[in-house]
Amino acid sequence: MLSVTGLTMRFGGLKAVDDLSFVAKVNDITAVIGPNGAGKTTVFNCITGFYSPTSGSIVLTHPDGRSYPLHKMPGHRIAARAKVARTFQNIRLFAGMTVLENLLVAQHNTLMAATGFGVLAVLGLGRYHAAEAAGIEKARFWLDAINLTARADDPAGALPYGAQRRLEIARAMCIDPVLLCLDEPAAGLNPRESEELNQLLLRIRDLGCSLLLIEHDMGVVMRISDHIVVLDHGKKISDGTPAEIRADPAVIAAYLGEGEEDEVPA
Amino acid sequence: MTALRDAFLSAAVALGLFGPMVGLVTVSSDHGLFLRARPIAVAVIVGLVFFGRLGMLTWRGRNRAEATRANRAFAERITRAGKYVTPVLLLAALALPFSGSRYYVDLGTLVLTYIMLGWGLNIVVGLAGLLDLGYVAFYAVGAYSYALLATTYDLGFWTCLPLAGILAGCAGVTLGFPVLRLRGDYLAIVTLGFGEIIRIVLNNWVSLTNGPNGITGIPRPTLFGLRFSMDGGDGTFAGFFNLEPATIQRVIFLYYVILGLALLTNWVSLRLRRMPLGRAWEALREDEVACRSLGINVRNTKLTAFGIGAMFGGFAGAFFATRQAFISPESFTFIESATVLAIVVLGGLGSQLGVALAAIVMVGGLEALRDFLSFLGDQMGSELFSGIASELPLYRMLIFGLALVVMMVLRPRGLVSGRTPGVSMTAPKEIDAELVAQGRS
Repeated sequence: MLSVTGLTMRFGGLKAVDDLSFVAKVNDITAVIGPNGAGKTTVFNCITGFYSPTSGSIVLTHPDGRSYPLHKMPGHRIAARAKVARTFQNIRLFAGMTVLENLLVAQHNTLMAATGFGVLAVLGLGRYHAAEAAGIEKARFWLDAINLTARADDPAGALPYGAQRRLEIARAMCIDPVLLCLDEPAAGLNPRESEELNQLLLRIRDLGCSLLLIEHDMGVVMRISDHIVVLDHGKKISDGTPAEIRADPAVIAAYLGEGEEDEVPA
Repeated sequence: MTALRDAFLSAAVALGLFGPMVGLVTVSSDHGLFLRARPIAVAVIVGLVFFGRLGMLTWRGRNRAEATRANRAFAERITRAGKYVTPVLLLAALALPFSGSRYYVDLGTLVLTYIMLGWGLNIVVGLAGLLDLGYVAFYAVGAYSYALLATTYDLGFWTCLPLAGILAGCAGVTLGFPVLRLRGDYLAIVTLGFGEIIRIVLNNWVSLTNGPNGITGIPRPTLFGLRFSMDGGDGTFAGFFNLEPATIQRVIFLYYVILGLALLTNWVSLRLRRMPLGRAWEALREDEVACRSLGINVRNTKLTAFGIGAMFGGFAGAFFATRQAFISPESFTFIESATVLAIVVLGGLGSQLGVALAAIVMVGGLEALRDFLSFLGDQMGSELFSGIASELPLYRMLIFGLALVVMMVLRPRGLVSGRTPGVSMTAPKEIDAELVAQGRS
């Protein structure tokens, strides 16, 4: 369970996030929506350690009961220990490395532990060989899940856009996350691709990973989220199930907009 | 037609520039200085510019897509040829001392030193994408570590070699810390400064390093305790094997030492590239932010790249010290860093074979060019070339620089530019250089 309490992020005079509190439950898909500039990506950057928040706390509790204060941890620990993975709004793959290598880099910490500080593995000793085989097996599992097994040895930068989006999600899943944060995963996808994405995200949830999602595509958000948080100008304006959000007048005014017939005033 | 006009224009500019600069020489005689014209030299240069410009425009005029395809085909050919080139080069390297020529073995030793430095720097620049202009600092730390340890504590080469490597590695990590947040140009400037700091400290810390006078009498390496000395007595190489003592024995031994060290560097880098650490270096070059989001400790990963790269620089430095038996800060100027970086860039960032080829071209090629130019000068007996023939070897740097420029225009990503993935599910495929990042972002 992720609980964000009183999160504030200030950049100079600008309050990008203002006293935000919400809870994302285990095994839920929680969507964060809101107009551009509402502070959604800033919240993500605070959760994943790219920014350290001005004030407030972000605590992640694993299903086994251990809890991690994410607001106090350095960025790489959040992924390595607290098991929070993320994707980026503008895709950040390792373009010059193959699809398989991208997935193995994501397992760096597990594989590194098997190399005996690098020395044993360089000499060809130790259990690195087995660890790498297991790593490739895990990569194969996710490649099958995103339908890219045939292109495992192609450079990631040469994949079509939709495939790159899926690969970034698979790469994030390779760190075995407890919480996966997706920043606009459906941006630029065609309807068929975004339907496939829905299926992939539901499958990830069924595997026991909670999801946090920033998305503008309401088709994706309304169909798969269990819980929606709406931000505007850094403040939470609504919080609830998709049905509740759709009916909330504050959300309609700030973001969703009125239906077509009322839109143009006489 | 435009190309022709453009070429004429370039030739005219060249005439204006080189007319006074090359066409006129001052000659001193009893009656004072007087000018002598050299029309032939100017004509040659202007002609070169004319045809060079024409050739370049024609080259550029080709269909761009076709050019890319041709480039890719060339890269593939090189990669395929690489399978054969590598063993051939290795055999040639092993067999070189049997030529028996001291000149070639010495040249080979020099080339191998640069190959080793290139491979070491390749870890930092080619794999981790951290532009390092001060690599010579670690070379210097290695050389001085060995020289000081050996002359002060009377330790042998083989004891000091790992120590020199470790000390240079520590220097690398020390440099790494302050520059962790820097990338690209900023990193280059700081590393450049670090290289100069080391040299200036060596120059001024007279009580430790003997300043600009350098350190003399650095012991030579031994072969399992056998010395290579000229007396030929017990405990020397010649005495043990009942040979006539000769300097060439030591020269050849040193050659094999650096060959071994260079191959060690190569082997370790190739192994590391297949390990998580090497992959993390390459991932760091591709995208640092993504690395952090995947739980990779960016700081430690960068420091290991700096440390391991510096360690091999330190090994090479210790070898340099033992080979020369004398070192002074003068040997560790910026030009050394620049040469090694040029070797890495020219060879193709990240490519082991490319670096070796580039070092052969840059170091060996320059020597060969000098020989060739002196030979050419000797052949030009005619009155027409008087004044040029004897100076021809002096033009080698000019020609060489030009050749490098042309090479980088034709193959901007280096001789061997593709990237071979370290792990694959089916058959490994070469990755086009266009996709591979260079660590500048």
